[in-house]
Amino acid sequence: MNNKEQLLRNIGVVGFTMVDLALYLDTHPTDRKALEYYDHYVRIKRKLNAEFAQKYYPLTLSDVNCDNSWTWGEAPLPWEGGCD
Amino acid sequence: MWNYEKRLEFPVNIKEPNAKLAQAIISQFGGPDGELAASMRYLSQRYSMPYKEVAGVLTDIGTEELAHLEMVGAIVYQLTRNLSMEEIERSGFDKYYVDHTIGIWPQAAGGIPFNACEFQCKGDIITDLFEDMAAEQKARSTYDNILRLVSDCPDVREPIKFLREREIVHFQRFGEALRITTEKLNSKNYYAFNPGFDRCDNCNN
Repeated sequence: MNNKEQLLRNIGVVGFTMVDLALYLDTHPTDRKALEYYDHYVRIKRKLNAEFAQKYYPLTLSDVNCDNSWTWGEAPLPWEGGCD
Repeated sequence: MWNYEKRLEFPVNIKEPNAKLAQAIISQFGGPDGELAASMRYLSQRYSMPYKEVAGVLTDIGTEELAHLEMVGAIVYQLTRNLSMEEIERSGFDKYYVDHTIGIWPQAAGGIPFNACEFQCKGDIITDLFEDMAAEQKARSTYDNILRLVSDCPDVREPIKFLREREIVHFQRFGEALRITTEKLNSKNYYAFNPGFDRCDNCNN
């Protein structure tokens, strides 16, 4: 697994943690420990997405950097498999 | 509104095409208990939900189902990539191929097109939440059936196992949404009153 694949994998792991925690918090909105976990992972997710956009390509429209050209279309299509 | 993240919720990397399997798995794209029906069911039911916690569960699960629709589409797409004409004919994929080539179109394994009658939006919170819990179990059973067909294909098995697990988590969350709902209703008769429709100032609800 190269650096890009590893970073995308980490984004997938942290992203999934957020999805699962959000569903849990929807029905347990005052669970302090879950709130702390969510807060922790949301910060990591923002950092990883920014790092991935800076090194490779933007994963979301909010990660697009407009310095040179429009990079949103540069990403490989997710259903093609792999990440190159 | 929605935001798109350009990655799959769980990786799908299938090396060997298999048109026979694709024809079974496409049921989870556009079949009766598939991801398209799931997402449309939950996102449609939100408007008539009287409690915002429950509408929130429907929004988040309905959104995750869209990510699952994308994963199932990726599985079918990768299973039908680089097929030879001989494989298309031999696997029975020719009937799908003649109408859609290798495009991904929502249909059941038996060829029945996607239809909104595969889900309900009754506008009654008790009715709709029971439908949602049943839908998660029906989808879990379908993934169990698929897993029996893919015992020797680890590339297909892993994402299907992930999708199956999510059905169980969603079932749990809908059960909690139902508990939140019944706590707000008259415990002697949950069905006496539809809080999304009836306006009864004197009712004990």
